[in-house]
Amino acid sequence: MNFAVLQFPASNCDQDALHVVKNVLGQSARFVWHKENSLAGFDAVIIPGGFSYGDYLRTGAIARFSPIMQAVQAFAAQGGPVLGICNGFQILCEAGLLPGALIRNRSLQFRCEHIFLKTAAHDGPFTGKIPDSKVLRLPIAHGEGCYFADDATLDKLQAGRQVLWEYVNAAGEAAGRSNPNGSLRNIAGICNEARNVAGLMPHPERASEPLLGSADGLLIFESLLSWLQAKVAQAA
Amino acid sequence: MKAKIIVTPKKAVLDPQGKTVASALEQMGYKGIGAVHVGKYLEIDLPAGDKESWRGRLDEACRKFLSNPVIEDYQVEIE
Repeated sequence: MNFAVLQFPASNCDQDALHVVKNVLGQSARFVWHKENSLAGFDAVIIPGGFSYGDYLRTGAIARFSPIMQAVQAFAAQGGPVLGICNGFQILCEAGLLPGALIRNRSLQFRCEHIFLKTAAHDGPFTGKIPDSKVLRLPIAHGEGCYFADDATLDKLQAGRQVLWEYVNAAGEAAGRSNPNGSLRNIAGICNEARNVAGLMPHPERASEPLLGSADGLLIFESLLSWLQAKVAQAA
Repeated sequence: MKAKIIVTPKKAVLDPQGKTVASALEQMGYKGIGAVHVGKYLEIDLPAGDKESWRGRLDEACRKFLSNPVIEDYQVEIE
């Protein structure tokens, strides 16, 4: 499979994402500069973390107008899988590809630590290989990761099982202190209605090898790969 | 001509920054203040011309880019 890893000015998790796809997952991948305007030939798109455009105005607000984002809109509209990590999640919300917004952490602090996640929906491209009861341990590093949407949107996300990941404690239970940023309903990651566009604040690409203290993040990339392979097998 | 744009967090949105500023003001002795909301202020220089047409264009720019309607309100003034 062929993965695109987008690069904006001040993306800083692009190398990590490319490394995981190429060297851990064993797939082909290349960086796609934000001035490019085509995603032809790619099977999946990763929008990596960072501080695109210095987080000026709002996180992700300027990146969403980069030429490549038009191609991402078209790619997503055709059902292509798009995964936004951290700043990538913020960009997808600003672009309207995902509902809601990421705002300042309720603590006002930049939080850089490992957190625990429960996977709330196991279908679609991003969670299929995550065992039902598995609690994922992944790092976060963000100042604006508090997920916000109005109640109607939150209800709709939950009713449609579009909440993919929730912050929990090590035992897998929702508890006040396990939510690192004040996200409403402990939301750490969501997908769109069609389930092919997802975003999450934690960094699976920083936890995809045992050497890094956790390889739980690899389950998300393996889910995506297995979903893509199943799609090809179906088409054949 | 100059446009002055004020972007503020919607009242329903969590505003930890505003809350923190409010509690700091209280601690400094400014007792009795109400809620504080921290927003953004933009000044945009405009060429001389049709004020109403610019108002419409900047209104669009606010909806599309300068504010995020999910979390923010805005006001445009042109003078």
